[in-house]
Amino acid sequence: MSMEDFNNEPLDLAAIRAPVTQSKSKRMWRGLADLAQTPESQKFRNDEFPHEPVKPVGLSRRNVLKYMAASAAMAGLTACTKLPAEKIVPYVRPPEEIVPGKPLFYATSTQIGGEGLGMLVESHMGRPTKIEGNPGHPGSLGGTDVFMQASILGLYDPDRSQVVMRDGQISDWADFAADISSARLDWQAQKGAGVRLLTETVLSPTLTAQVRAFLAEFPEAKWHQYEPCARDSARDGARMAFAQYVNTIYHMDRADIVVSLDADFLSSGPGHVRYARDFALRRDPDSTERKMNRFYVIESTPTVTGTMADHRLPLRASDVEIFARALATSLDVSGEGATPTVPKSIHDWASALARDLQAHRGSSIVIAGEQQPPIVHALAHAMNERLGNQGKTVAYTDPLEAEPVNELESLRTLVNDMDAGKVQTLVVLDANPVYNAPVEFDFVRTYLKVPQRIHTGLYCNETGSLANWHIPATHYLEAWGDTRAYDGTISIIQPLIAPLYQGKSAHEVLAALNGNPEASGHEIIRDYWRGHGTAQSAAQDFELWWEKTLNDGVMAATSLPEKQLAVNLRLPNATPSNKTEGLEIVFRPDPTIGDGRFANNGWLQELPKPITHLTWDNAAQLSPATAERLKLQNGDYVNLSLAGWKLGAPVWISPGHADDSVTLHLGYGRTRAGKVGTFTGVNAYFLRNSREPWIAHGLQIQKTGQKYALATTQHHHLIDVDATQGGDENAGPQREGESVQAFARDLVQVATIDEFKKNPDFVHEGVEKKEHENPLSLYPGYPDTGYAWGMAIDLNRCIGCSACVVACQSENNIAVVGKDQVLRGRQMHWIRVDTYFRGGVDNPEMYSEPVPCMQCENAPCELVCPVGATNHSPEGLNVMVYNRCVGTRYCSNNCPYKVRRFNFLLYSDWETQSLYGMRNPDVTVRSRGVMEKCTYCLQRINAAKINSEEENRYVRDGEIVTACQQACPADAIVFGNINDKTSRVAKWKAKQRNYGLLEVLNTRPRTTYLAKIRNPNADMPQDSAGASAVDGTRTARRR
Amino acid sequence: MPQIFHPSTNTISRVSIYGCVVIVAFLSFALYEIGQSPYYTEQNIPQPQPVPFSHRHHAAELGIDCRYCHDTVETSAFAGMPSTQTCMTCHSQIWTNSPMLQPVRDSYETGRSISWTRVNALPEFAYFNHSIHVAKGIGCTTCHGRVGTMTLTWRATTMQMSWCLGCHRQPEKYVRPREQVFNVNYAPPPDQLALGRKLVREYKIQRLTSCDTCHR
Amino acid sequence: MSSEGAPRTAEAGPVIPPLPPGYTYATVSDKISSIVLGQRRRPGWFAGFAFSFLLVLLLFGAISYLLAKGVGIWGINIPVAWGFAITNFVWWIGIGHAGTLISAILLLLHQRWRTSINRFAEAMTIFAVSCAAMFPLLHMGRPWLFYWLFPYYPNYMKVWPQFRSPLVWDVFAVSTYFIVSLLFWYVGMIPDLATLRDRARSKAKQIIYGMMAMGWRGSAIHWSRYEMTSLLLAGLATPLVVSVHTVVSFDFTIAIVPGWHSTIFPPYFVAGAIYSGFAMVLTLAIPLRKFYHLEEFITLRHLDNCAKVMLGTGLIVAYGYVMETFMAFYSGEIFDKYMIMNRMFGPYWSVYAIVILCNVLLPQSLWSRRVRRNIPALFALSLIINLGMWTERFMIVVVSLSRDFTPSAWGFFIPTRWDWAVLVGSIGLFVAMFYLFIRYLPAISIFEMRHELAKEKEGE
Repeated sequence: MSMEDFNNEPLDLAAIRAPVTQSKSKRMWRGLADLAQTPESQKFRNDEFPHEPVKPVGLSRRNVLKYMAASAAMAGLTACTKLPAEKIVPYVRPPEEIVPGKPLFYATSTQIGGEGLGMLVESHMGRPTKIEGNPGHPGSLGGTDVFMQASILGLYDPDRSQVVMRDGQISDWADFAADISSARLDWQAQKGAGVRLLTETVLSPTLTAQVRAFLAEFPEAKWHQYEPCARDSARDGARMAFAQYVNTIYHMDRADIVVSLDADFLSSGPGHVRYARDFALRRDPDSTERKMNRFYVIESTPTVTGTMADHRLPLRASDVEIFARALATSLDVSGEGATPTVPKSIHDWASALARDLQAHRGSSIVIAGEQQPPIVHALAHAMNERLGNQGKTVAYTDPLEAEPVNELESLRTLVNDMDAGKVQTLVVLDANPVYNAPVEFDFVRTYLKVPQRIHTGLYCNETGSLANWHIPATHYLEAWGDTRAYDGTISIIQPLIAPLYQGKSAHEVLAALNGNPEASGHEIIRDYWRGHGTAQSAAQDFELWWEKTLNDGVMAATSLPEKQLAVNLRLPNATPSNKTEGLEIVFRPDPTIGDGRFANNGWLQELPKPITHLTWDNAAQLSPATAERLKLQNGDYVNLSLAGWKLGAPVWISPGHADDSVTLHLGYGRTRAGKVGTFTGVNAYFLRNSREPWIAHGLQIQKTGQKYALATTQHHHLIDVDATQGGDENAGPQREGESVQAFARDLVQVATIDEFKKNPDFVHEGVEKKEHENPLSLYPGYPDTGYAWGMAIDLNRCIGCSACVVACQSENNIAVVGKDQVLRGRQMHWIRVDTYFRGGVDNPEMYSEPVPCMQCENAPCELVCPVGATNHSPEGLNVMVYNRCVGTRYCSNNCPYKVRRFNFLLYSDWETQSLYGMRNPDVTVRSRGVMEKCTYCLQRINAAKINSEEENRYVRDGEIVTACQQACPADAIVFGNINDKTSRVAKWKAKQRNYGLLEVLNTRPRTTYLAKIRNPNADMPQDSAGASAVDGTRTARRR
Repeated sequence: MPQIFHPSTNTISRVSIYGCVVIVAFLSFALYEIGQSPYYTEQNIPQPQPVPFSHRHHAAELGIDCRYCHDTVETSAFAGMPSTQTCMTCHSQIWTNSPMLQPVRDSYETGRSISWTRVNALPEFAYFNHSIHVAKGIGCTTCHGRVGTMTLTWRATTMQMSWCLGCHRQPEKYVRPREQVFNVNYAPPPDQLALGRKLVREYKIQRLTSCDTCHR
Repeated sequence: MSSEGAPRTAEAGPVIPPLPPGYTYATVSDKISSIVLGQRRRPGWFAGFAFSFLLVLLLFGAISYLLAKGVGIWGINIPVAWGFAITNFVWWIGIGHAGTLISAILLLLHQRWRTSINRFAEAMTIFAVSCAAMFPLLHMGRPWLFYWLFPYYPNYMKVWPQFRSPLVWDVFAVSTYFIVSLLFWYVGMIPDLATLRDRARSKAKQIIYGMMAMGWRGSAIHWSRYEMTSLLLAGLATPLVVSVHTVVSFDFTIAIVPGWHSTIFPPYFVAGAIYSGFAMVLTLAIPLRKFYHLEEFITLRHLDNCAKVMLGTGLIVAYGYVMETFMAFYSGEIFDKYMIMNRMFGPYWSVYAIVILCNVLLPQSLWSRRVRRNIPALFALSLIINLGMWTERFMIVVVSLSRDFTPSAWGFFIPTRWDWAVLVGSIGLFVAMFYLFIRYLPAISIFEMRHELAKEKEGE
């Protein structure tokens, strides 16, 4: 009954409000303690800072108490410890609609990666605890991504900046307001000359209006926008094609052919959540109305989008332009500019692809990647027009940004002005240029030239700590705001909780700049929309309309209208190939911590990155062939030097990576991120220059001879590369040793669509049907209570984005263990996304497979537990009773799927007050020495059952949605009652593609999978991924 | 060679051997008894409260329905504790200046909650839900005892797992008609078992003894 | 029968060579009891004990840290959730088999040569089993709740241990074995304790040994009861020798892990246990007879017999290895095949190599009589076999777990300094206890030696 608990102990904010200086010294102490704590990790790691939130052992009072507790416990005293005396603290005046013990859901939204994402947030007694997608929001449709899921941790992050700081001293808002109002006088004097605003990409109409108001008052002032991963090349590409900025929308659900030119549109960029859902709709081989689409991917770095490809062509990022030109030529896209001669392999690929595209005019899509130069975007637009896709599968609207600019150029002007001493006052809203500006801008130097530096942000980060004024920003769950979805739909950001600290929203700060420091965010937003409401808001009563807008989480009918545009392309000459020779380096936002803003988020740091399964680090990824050429192994520490800039980084060999190309993810190497994120990984911004922000050439790599410990949760490379030290010729098969075994054991079942049509039952070859009817078990069956919970996961839909992993972590209070513990193989995720490769290391097919607990009906784990702490519920769950577990770990040994997780140390943070608020009160927080595991979100099942019992009915299909299922953007997970033959899960399980993992063991898993079906194009060149798919099932059959 | 041991040693050794057995037996017995004694379970021990609230007076003598104060008992896991406002609905009219009620008035003025001492508690890892028990015809007094007789409230049962299981295994022994759930003076009829079996069928009461019923 | 006849008559059951002439009951007693009651200081003993006691302190340190911090201080992880703790447990239990085997089974088989080694072999059993019993407790995540493994009634939760779990069987098997061995050992010692009582000079010793002797007067009725008791206990202990390690092997065979789930385990575990047990007997006997000049009591013939037992059981173990490999391929099970290939050529190949070398190849030298009678060689071999058997258990526990069914969950086990501390500490505890034993209790059964002497005198 944690909710009373919460009443008993309200958040001790005073305790949390510790000056940054203190927390810093504390951090240092932790570091040392941690080092001492884990000696053998040192021979691996050569970075001096451990990155773990796990509590170290040190001689603190608390630990001494722990020791005493432990010894007392040994004496068996726990048997007679009394329950602690508790207090119940009821409300004085009960608030409306809050029923203690019942969560409420509120619609809100947030802006991540250049788009607004709508969400429903679960709130317990006023504490937001879980984020779910908003089915009504076009950008979400109920789906989420890892950032949305994890952003709630940011709200409760103890490292958030909590007080207004002036020159490193604690101050307050009133003080700041006073300072600003006096400053405004000077500004008015010289029309704001020397005043600069630096924001990130602004989608919020209200904020735009505020900024414009500010600029109106101070005409000499200037507004700059900068985000390190802004969509500059997309914008310039649109300019190049249509002579104006436009926003592009793709209708994946209408496309039979999708071609991605290095575009990771399923896991990043505006609309990616929506696109994942629409894309999945077209990957259903059983569907009668929609035929399966065919997906071509040309990319340098393996991405989750690439794993979905029917044909994947690894190509150096700088060669994608050449490919695009070749493709455009074979589609005879008009436009001048000499197309360079392309290698035959590429030419064949392109022309085969072109034929396929030609065959699907009006129902195909060509997408260019954010990292690709404008020319590629322009070509993509041209090709889409040429193929008559515009208005069918591709739509254009006005840009989402009120003021679209080339942000790199915008920052450049700012830096030049600062350097020239033209800037007196710089107001930085949320941006963190000191950390992420291009290296040659030397931002810090010029920044410090500015006399008055004002920064507002969630953290007192690199930029904030160098500012005269730092204003703590409010988390989006604490503040009012508004934003736009990928299609322009406006949604209001409404707070679920009053600011925990002295935070102020960007709107409030701007209001202060506009001379109105007292204005509350709520008023600002409401007033703006009262003025600028849409048609209906004018038509009907504003209050009603406002209520509805807040309630729905979207502003009705505000998506931007489609525009008809004509491409008018003047191709510049192709970049001379000599420029692109040698090693290239590709910068990308990190798949789990983005451009660095999520660096202090433990969930995201520990979330295994798709495909590589790296945690807590970024690495210089390169292809096996390149690695062999450079004599590099996983974990080798190398010096990267580019245009005179140097950076040390560990190497990671990733199969399917393009040769002569190195990928380095941005976002790591923070110096002021917080206890969790500081000094994790290496700072790629040290190499990134404004001339070649995404794809840079002339990279040099020197081996240092040192090793660096990279913590991965799936060891397929690490182990086997270690095993093949020296023997490089057999490195290939060795590296995929795990995957070969996985296919030999039928863990992943694959067929091409034709094979599937020919042999629809291919997944059950070699598996006796009989097992399914009669349970081959010595023990009697379990009573049938009408419910039999089961889950089905469609490998064809799953894109491997890992949103389910974070969602599970958030829902079930799963602890973060830290890099050192991950190195020892002790990560705690209840659901993991496995990756398997097939068909050679240079361009393998990649398969993602989410693995939660299988909830076996003959569960091996259950009968070996000496105390019966894990056992079978009548509804078929393997329930785990934490308070009964004595920690023999026998169950984990006996689990063939290894989905059980053990608290080897005290992983749950019992000490950080602010985290208490975040926890799900319906799930026990596990302590040291107990096993834990997925229970199909038992708390949700019980809640729904109690509900239905009280209403004297059965639980309806779809009434229970597990956290992973809810989070899945591709709708790949279905949960329900398999006794109810009409339920969605029963229908899925009835499909012929349905199979269970390791069925030969007769564990009879309740979680089953729908086999992966590929849709390769027969007349593609044979070296491509599709080729091996043709003989794919033979590999799978091998036993 | 002189005797090392006095003849009495024989007796001593025998006594000590049997003694050991007896002592061990006694200790284990004592430990068990302490384990379910009021000292440990706080059963039947009236808890001091900031305001000496009498269920006997309010529930039995005045006949105020349980749900008037514990208002979420039918809808939520948590039965609900009355807000100061709830107290003041009456006590702004009656006993307006009784010194006993001073804390209530203070709370109402200052807005600081009264912090009551918890009487009925379960460990954190046991998830009890009031609403479903009420809906299935388990009366308040079945677990909370004859609150109608309590001037200061005390825990009426051990609230140990074995006690929970007693009912979960044989609900027919305890279930009562739904309309009687909030009757603080309810006394089970002589034919409880017959009635119970009937109600169990009627209310579709299951014998939920699977761990996941309470532990997650 | 005469001394020169003795060695030849092997078929008449092995007979120990008679004590050299000049030994009387008194001198036998003198010789053995002087180790305990002798006045002269033994710096060697003290140094050895001091060193082993340091290791015991190390053990206590490691255990305290373990309780304070959790099993996470060890190298275990998912998938390798069992590491050194279980390895050590199985190893020690195995060692604890020789004593009872010698004292019980050989007694029933009238193997008279056992007389001079059974006492300390039994002591060794007790100490080994105590060391072993420690580990199942320590390896638990929440050791303070160990009593949940016992069916204790009444309890407030109305929940019981799950008797389907081999771990619960373990609890009973091991505790039974420990109790019976302890009784057997103690009862066997009573007459000697009386002897010590009578020979002790200081009052304190007289009282202490006196209490332990429980008023033994050596009367005829005492002796008859004594014979009855030891025969009964021997009868009880005999099946235990087989059962205990069988049950321990169930911990593995009941599970489905490839490399564990095998019907050959029970016999091959028992054989392995006796194998390592006798190795440990030699490891202890050889220094013992040297430092306390007991060559006349523990003769080459004894060592030779022990060596033969090792050779025999060693061959059974080797057979076990062969069968595991054969069955893996014969069954055609992909999981078993991979398990064997992984053992032989996977990242842990060196472990397998050590096992084969120490348990199969080197011990073959025991075929030669010269090796069996060459003390240093025998001593070296006994150590090698101890090492080999520990490594075998490590191979079974860790290597099998590190790569089982789901490749994505394959892992590694790297022992931490705390793993080693506990292992070394437990050895220290074992040795320390043994030092105390030889110093304060008769390491060789006095009265049984006199019995042998009597038989000789009767010219049997």
